[in-house]
Amino acid sequence: MTTIRVTVDGSTYEDEVEPRMLLVHYLREQLGKVGTVIGCDTSNCGACTVHVDGRSVKSCNMLAVQADGHEVTTIEGLATDGQLHPMQTAFHENHALQCGYCTPGMIMQACDVLRENPNPTEEQIRVGLEGNLCRCTGYQNIVKAVQQAAGALAGQQGGEQA
Amino acid sequence: MIPAAFDYVAPTSVADALAALAEHGDDAKVLAGGQSLIPILRMRLNTPETVVDLGRIEELRGIREDGDAIVIGAMTPYADVLGSDLVREHLGLLYKAVAEVADPQIRRRGTIGGALVHADPAGDVGAPALALGAEFVITGQGGERTVPAEEFFRDLFETAVEDGELLTAVRFPRHTGWGSHYEKFVRVAHQWSIVAVAAAVRVEGGTIAEARVGLTNMGATPLRAKAVEEALVGKELTEDAVAEACAAAAEGTRPPTDLNGDSDYRRHLATVLTRRAVLAAAGG
Ligand SMILES: Cc1cc2nc3c(=O)[nH]c(=O)nc-3n(C[C@H](O)[C@H](O)[C@H](O)COP(=O)(O)OP(=O)(O)OC[C@H]3O[C@@H](n4cnc5c(N)ncnc54)[C@H](O)[C@@H]3O)c2cc1C
Ligand code: FES
Ligand code: FES
Repeated sequence: MTTIRVTVDGSTYEDEVEPRMLLVHYLREQLGKVGTVIGCDTSNCGACTVHVDGRSVKSCNMLAVQADGHEVTTIEGLATDGQLHPMQTAFHENHALQCGYCTPGMIMQACDVLRENPNPTEEQIRVGLEGNLCRCTGYQNIVKAVQQAAGALAGQQGGEQA
Repeated sequence: MIPAAFDYVAPTSVADALAALAEHGDDAKVLAGGQSLIPILRMRLNTPETVVDLGRIEELRGIREDGDAIVIGAMTPYADVLGSDLVREHLGLLYKAVAEVADPQIRRRGTIGGALVHADPAGDVGAPALALGAEFVITGQGGERTVPAEEFFRDLFETAVEDGELLTAVRFPRHTGWGSHYEKFVRVAHQWSIVAVAAAVRVEGGTIAEARVGLTNMGATPLRAKAVEEALVGKELTEDAVAEACAAAAEGTRPPTDLNGDSDYRRHLATVLTRRAVLAAAGG
């Protein structure tokens, strides 16, 4: 067992973990943050995407011990004071999900896309979401939602982008 | 899937990492970004007793100038390579190839050194490293040695890095002012290259003065298309002249046959993609 200290969604946790434990399992099983889901066994689908130190990674492809000393944000930490993040609102309003399984990862990656480039073209959004698979929507409304969120975040005038 | 149990050490210096490797010998495995190794551990294709994580070694990270070269630390993530002005200005070909690797999340954790030591023949970093004439700095308990790209890639998933050694940095000669292009052929987004071509050219007054061409997934290792490079020199920059020079792209290759295509198909692809890559490189 190895001791790790990780900040997740604003709270700091100190835990004993087996080195082989994947970050996604630590989040779901040890911390109960089941908002982050597992969609594949090959690190292809992106459903497990979280932010580590503000940038997106696939939490099924990282060990919990590698997160020691770092800050993790999951989909559960995106809303503030009961207010949905503009990206969450945009997904909701644009019908950017059907079964919803890809959504936690899709939203986390979409936030990362806007952090890299607050005003992306449609093509840049699609390329930015390359590592996130959706088997339901056909992506059209996901792209629309990201465009709406980009506008909303720009409107917040230098507002933070998760 | 969950990896088999292992012990974990996270040294903070190269010296400590080498000591850990020496202590655990064959039972140890180096962990860089984990974007190839963690899937391997999860599928239990490898079950090391000890994992030596290089992630806490600051000295292995970063991009700096050193005379005629740009030196990239082995643990520098792809994302940092893409964010580097030095790389954009002096190593355009590397920049363009790295931009084609996997997806943004994987590029955040995957490292340039991990990719090169892993040496997957379909990996996108080997061909540009070979084409640009990179040198590999390898460190072991006996000290440091530098290996040229031609001697680094030995076979499928096999490089000059021996057990107990680390790749610590890669030195890329500057190619300032060269045009470059990485032409990656895939059927769906976010896939490994079926074939890809890395091309860098220096054009002088409408004529190709120098050319470098590397091939991805045309054999067990990345390959350099030397015949094409030689044929391109002195050629006027017209589509016909370039196409003629690129016809030899598959010479001396041994491409694999798999579900994506047989080896003849790959040979054909290599000539087409080389022509496209060289023309695109010359155009920018
Ligand atoms: C879904 C998915 C898609 C991908 N698509 C692509 C793609 O399109 N193109 C592409 O090129 N790659 C692709 N990759 C692979 C990715 O580029 C990996 O990041 C890379 O191959 C390995 O780098 P790493 O830092 O993650 O190394 P790790 O996975 O940590 O290590 C890889 C191997 O190298 C050894 N090693 C690592 N660093 C050192 C060192 N400094 N010294 C000695 N040994 C070392 C390790 O022991 C291990 O055997 C993909 C991966 C995934 C999961
Ligand atoms: S569960 Fe992580 S990429 Fe699919
Ligand atoms: S909404 Fe069902 S997978 Fe995306």
